[in-house]
Amino acid sequence: MTITINHFLVVSFLLFSIGLLGVLVRRNFLTVLMSVELMLNAVNLNLIAFSRRLSDLTGQVFSVFVITIAAGEAAIGLALTISLFRQRRTLNVEDASSMQG
Amino acid sequence: MTAAQAVPGALLTGAAGWMFVVFAVLALGMAVAVVVARNPIHSALFLLSSFLLVACIFILQQAEFVGAVQILVYAGGIMVLFLFVIMLVHQRGVQERLTFQHQWDVALLFLLVFLLPFLYVLWTERFPELPQNLDAFRMVKGKIAGNTEAVAWVLYRDYLLPFEVASVFLLVAMVGAVVLGKRSAEKVD
Repeated sequence: MTITINHFLVVSFLLFSIGLLGVLVRRNFLTVLMSVELMLNAVNLNLIAFSRRLSDLTGQVFSVFVITIAAGEAAIGLALTISLFRQRRTLNVEDASSMQG
Repeated sequence: MTAAQAVPGALLTGAAGWMFVVFAVLALGMAVAVVVARNPIHSALFLLSSFLLVACIFILQQAEFVGAVQILVYAGGIMVLFLFVIMLVHQRGVQERLTFQHQWDVALLFLLVFLLPFLYVLWTERFPELPQNLDAFRMVKGKIAGNTEAVAWVLYRDYLLPFEVASVFLLVAMVGAVVLGKRSAEKVD
């Protein structure tokens, strides 16, 4: 089985789409955060594949930065989750609608 | 790895290619399970397996350092944080009545907006046929070293400023998480 860059692009796109669908359709705030992590992971997959394809280490360095951003995003998101739960006793994103016009 | 250079543009060949197929299919299945699982703990465990499978794909491509970082930071750090928060806010009696919002039309529209340019690029774009130099991942100053050493060389030589900015970013995220998660004194119930 010969794998080219196109296979990686398709897998990465599918992973990203699954994450996007999760962000848009899930009601639980924690699952929405997990879907964001899935999307970041799909981007990393692309970066590593192109790093290999172009024989350039910059992609690997960049994906380390993406992992750093993901860690910070998870920390802030989970702090927001705890804050939301303390205020509303729920994790449903549809209940956090007090700023709705 | 001489076989990979025989076919131009091939990233993985032979058994490595089949392993990629297995890992990719399993990772996609785990990702679907993350989105459809009702229980957040199940979602978190499926997400953990998805991360580990993607780390396997990284290692398959000889990006060992990023694979190790993926396992350490995602599986070791972020997932533990997720599980802590899930256990902190999990209510036993309250089960979600509806897992999904009524937003499927908007979600599918978004997906279509992403899908069409992707397919266009995939079918029209021919990436340049560069000769693959697999030693570039492990060369430091003309000598064969490890992947970690090569990544560190690029990171500290060419990307020192972004590296320092990332450390400041992590500090800001930490302070922000503490401030957001802190129980304010007048609201203690």
